[in-house]
Amino acid sequence: MTLNIIVTAKQVMDPETPATAYRVDREKKRVDSDPSARIAPVINGFDENGVEAALRIKDALKDVKVTVLSAGAAFTMDVMKKALSMGSDEMVLVQDPALENISDSTITAKVLAAAVKKIGSFDLIITGRQASDWDNAQVPLGLAELLGVPCIPLTRKVDVKDRQVVCERVTGNVHEVISAQLPAVVTVSNELGTPRYPTLRNIMAAARKQPTIWSLGDLGLSAAALAPKLKMLDLFIPKKQSQCEMITGEDEADAGKNLALKLREAKLV
Amino acid sequence: MADRQGVLVIGEVANGKLNPSSTEMLAHGRKLADSLKEPLSIALLGQDLGAAPKEAIAFGADKVHAVTDPLLKEYQVDAYLAAITKVAQQHTPRVVLLAKGPIGSEVGPRLAFRLDTAVIQDCLEVRIDAEKKLVGNRPVYGGNCMATITSLGEPMMAIVRPKTGDPLARNDSRHGEVVAFSPRLEASVIKSRVVERVEKAQEGVRLEDAAIVVSGGRGLGSAAPFTNEIKDLADLLGAAIGASRAVVDSGWISHDHQVGLTGKTIAPNLYIMVGISGASQHMAGCSAAKVIVAINRDSDAVIFNDARYGVAGDWKKVLPAFIQQIRAMK
Repeated sequence: MTLNIIVTAKQVMDPETPATAYRVDREKKRVDSDPSARIAPVINGFDENGVEAALRIKDALKDVKVTVLSAGAAFTMDVMKKALSMGSDEMVLVQDPALENISDSTITAKVLAAAVKKIGSFDLIITGRQASDWDNAQVPLGLAELLGVPCIPLTRKVDVKDRQVVCERVTGNVHEVISAQLPAVVTVSNELGTPRYPTLRNIMAAARKQPTIWSLGDLGLSAAALAPKLKMLDLFIPKKQSQCEMITGEDEADAGKNLALKLREAKLV
Repeated sequence: MADRQGVLVIGEVANGKLNPSSTEMLAHGRKLADSLKEPLSIALLGQDLGAAPKEAIAFGADKVHAVTDPLLKEYQVDAYLAAITKVAQQHTPRVVLLAKGPIGSEVGPRLAFRLDTAVIQDCLEVRIDAEKKLVGNRPVYGGNCMATITSLGEPMMAIVRPKTGDPLARNDSRHGEVVAFSPRLEASVIKSRVVERVEKAQEGVRLEDAAIVVSGGRGLGSAAPFTNEIKDLADLLGAAIGASRAVVDSGWISHDHQVGLTGKTIAPNLYIMVGISGASQHMAGCSAAKVIVAINRDSDAVIFNDARYGVAGDWKKVLPAFIQQIRAMK
């Protein structure tokens, strides 16, 4: 029997955008990169780890279908298709103007839960631990609550065996192996390992695949069902005033020595 | 709608003692409760809470919900959630606070969904505004931006980052009430199982508690300095060793050394950073460091905006001389 895995993947502003290229619209409460810097969006890094986790299960078990799911107001298809080029089977995009710049996780989780229900059967949902834009780390937990299934967050290894998901995770100094009955939600972190590069064969296959696109109406979601629970009052780039004292010397070694003397003078060592 | 009142902290207890982050949450909660002129309570969960309820009162709680059940012996998210949900439904707090960490970050959002409200994640600061609304300030976009967020749901909830405030001075003569709460949990609520659990012995100083931290980043060029120069310096200063996400991802050092948004939050008196550029997501884990010292080859590195003292130079030349001088002064 085919194991159905859904991986959620969010299109985000590249988190490697240099600090100087961040632009904030304080009225609209939105963050963008400076258009002149021409920085392309990316799939949230932790979500790429999620795609990788799903594909590793597919490599091991063979009879696995991986569906990538995303929600947003607009998508850059070349960016999103990377998840297919890596080897995923299908893609479902919930695309609706009402999903513009959503920072309230309750809304995103409700939309994704409705999409999961419309997709139909699923055995495992894999998500990144958090999205690198709003850093909320709440959608996967909410998704598990809304779907009434177990959730294992922050894992670094995900295996499926006998209708169980078995995960490794490390929090602090504790190393754990946790299992849950399927269906379940699992979140992965960067420790899972580097996502694979798309192979030429998969890139060609992905080029022929058309994502399924649904609106909120297709999911039967009304505006009232998506009422926000949080309100952003302000959004800004914090000002930093450098007060760094640069320590120098005759050469680099001398600067190192002077740094030690300075720290002693300041009673720090 | 229930008449909501008071601030409820979801506390954490380990070995019959209150977790340090819970004492910090009590200080945040005390401030909110005082602005609301309403009581501060804390829910403590376990099979045996030991001295923790008394400690919680000494650190500022007016009331302790002592939630005990055999299924709460070890932390298990489904059992904790079921118990906390019952406490929150029965006592209808206006505000719920949790500490960011393995427990709060997992329980907080799920509790919010269960109560049909939302939680403000990762706050550095929380306050009550003139309309008695909870307002939180939090970093977003990897710490590159800050957002001020208010709660529209009930109860209003926040997850607060540890080390963003000091606990109140312990006062064992403070008065407070301890109320036993039995959630009568059924084993069927538990949906995930810990198959294996290994606690790695702490080597040297715990990163989160260290007064001095020495960290290395990609600029070190390889894993070797973590067992040589960085380790020598840390040993000399009695410091803990930290690392940037980049070097953890490269496998140069284990994840438990990672400082930052997706690693540990530290608050040392002195933070020495070698070969770390100072990306926002790293700085998100050390914003409470009192004095930052940066050694970086790139004189334009953003870390020099956050550092108090800096050396622009090759660590291979700077660090040995620095270590030698520190040793000479001992």
